[in-house]
Amino acid sequence: MNAAFRTWALSEAPSSRRQAAWGNRYRAWLNLKGNPLGMIGLTIISIFILMAIFAPLLATHDPATQELANRLAAPNAAHWFGTDELGRDVFSRILYGARVTLGMVIAVVVLVAPIGLAVGCIAGYFGGIVDTALMRITDIFLAFPRLVLALAFVAALKPGIESAVLAIALTAWPPYARLARAETLTVRNSDFIAAYRLTGASSWRIIFRHIAPLCTPSLIVRVTLDMSSIIITAASLGFLGMGAQPPSPEWGAMIATAKRFIFEQWWVPMIPAIAILLVSLAFNFLGDALRDVLDPKGN
Amino acid sequence: MLSSVILTLFGLTVLTFLIGRVMPVDPVIAAVGDNAPEDVIIRARAEMGLDQPLPIQFLHYLNQLAHGDFGMSVLTKNPVATDIARFFPATFELATAALLLSIVIGIPLGVWAAVRQGSITDQAIRVLCLAGHSVPVFMLSMISLLIFYSALGIAPGPGRQDIIYDGMIEPVTGLLSIDTLIAGDLDAFWDALTHMAQPVIILAYFSMAYIARMTRAFMIDALKGEYVITARAKGLTGLKVVWSHAFPTVAVQLITVIALTYAGLLEGAVVTETVFAWPGIGQYLTTSLMNADMNPVVGSTLLIGFIYVGLNLLADILYRLLDPRVQ
Repeated sequence: MNAAFRTWALSEAPSSRRQAAWGNRYRAWLNLKGNPLGMIGLTIISIFILMAIFAPLLATHDPATQELANRLAAPNAAHWFGTDELGRDVFSRILYGARVTLGMVIAVVVLVAPIGLAVGCIAGYFGGIVDTALMRITDIFLAFPRLVLALAFVAALKPGIESAVLAIALTAWPPYARLARAETLTVRNSDFIAAYRLTGASSWRIIFRHIAPLCTPSLIVRVTLDMSSIIITAASLGFLGMGAQPPSPEWGAMIATAKRFIFEQWWVPMIPAIAILLVSLAFNFLGDALRDVLDPKGN
Repeated sequence: MLSSVILTLFGLTVLTFLIGRVMPVDPVIAAVGDNAPEDVIIRARAEMGLDQPLPIQFLHYLNQLAHGDFGMSVLTKNPVATDIARFFPATFELATAALLLSIVIGIPLGVWAAVRQGSITDQAIRVLCLAGHSVPVFMLSMISLLIFYSALGIAPGPGRQDIIYDGMIEPVTGLLSIDTLIAGDLDAFWDALTHMAQPVIILAYFSMAYIARMTRAFMIDALKGEYVITARAKGLTGLKVVWSHAFPTVAVQLITVIALTYAGLLEGAVVTETVFAWPGIGQYLTTSLMNADMNPVVGSTLLIGFIYVGLNLLADILYRLLDPRVQ
């Protein structure tokens, strides 16, 4: 099966568009496989996603059960990562925290990617005053450091996961809009777009059916590269007490409540910090490798 | 160019104004209390200008800003402008020292990686830089305090100076490292330096990662230039070609990178200052946030936004001045 797929995909003379497309995908995958850092990243991300999905099966304890007689325990056989200040099992909380983090990241991406894509494609396609107006708005949002703007937004709403997601989304869309606009500008004057226009397709149809799909691949790479920055911003908000609120097992919030034990029971705040580091490092490794694979001249 | 900058600044002002107006707590109730009688609330609302329509309120806000008035802080009981003037030098000191350190280390590292492209050195520098993009600032800050302050005892704890020097140094520039020198107090100078060391090195690591990566990318392009091959063919040594032929062409691009890095340092400073109890604008911002004190939040956010735009403009101008190809 594998060998057959390999020869079929790598065929020098593909007989269908599908075969050629799979050939390209397979070659990209082979390139990625040759990049050790990228594969390390992919492995860690897969483990992280599996952890989040199967948290209830993998957890050794209930993440909310308090065991006050056994608080701040060092890692041992019963509690693999020790216990926190209320005697809750840190290992189980890390597992459930993966759900919160993954959920926040997905929510941000789902909110941000379509907005960025729509704004960028509309600005690029119509040009003129529409372009100027939309890009000026984009510039305003780009004129703040991300965390500072997110903090101000959360303050205006109220601290919590939903506000944090909304705030990060509000600060994250401008680069995507810029990217989608640049991509749109390169295709908007091409012949096939002119042909659609001649057949009577409306501007909206052209933008959303024909231009937006062409902008999607580069957007995906950009999102992967951005993932670690989203995770770190979410964790930083949690750490500053403006993101997920206790008793949520969000990793940043776990560090925020445990940071006062750093000098005596250092592992309590340090274990969630290591989790954040591993996941964001993994996304950076993968993103870096993807950029090499998909854009050979960029390196 | 200038008109677009002015438009962006105007937009920043509108955005911060709106952020300040949609807060969950009614500022009038916050000022007069829950149990105030109806007529007091109405009078207070009129006095604070909050009974006017939003556009009028915005004009009023603009007028205040033009006079350098950011409103009062409920928490410190000072005008926000006074607070910012007091806290900003500490952040400036931190970010500038970090920037200088990251330039001195980041550029040679990037050049080195580019010269040895594909080697073990290059890979090691790459991992070092990627790690710099991935470690949360607060994590490094905590590890650093744990090792150098708690375990080894060689670094001072959080804060900007030792308690015994508190109030001893006459503030001239607001930068403690310079003020202590002006005062001629070498012990206090040393104390200020050791307190700066941890937050500065941690912040510098993050900007260093970015500068080194960009330097590497630019240098790889530059080293492919025909003039580099010519210089090599003429028999110049490797180091001379790299530093006096290839590097100057890259230096102009690096200015933009450095300006952006400096802006990014402001963001890092918000978190670092919280961990190290560094009395700067970042700590002021987070403390005000915790207490739902909106005027300082809006004021510091606006200030950081203006600095950000200013740095971008500066980078643009320098680029145009220094690169003869840009018209």
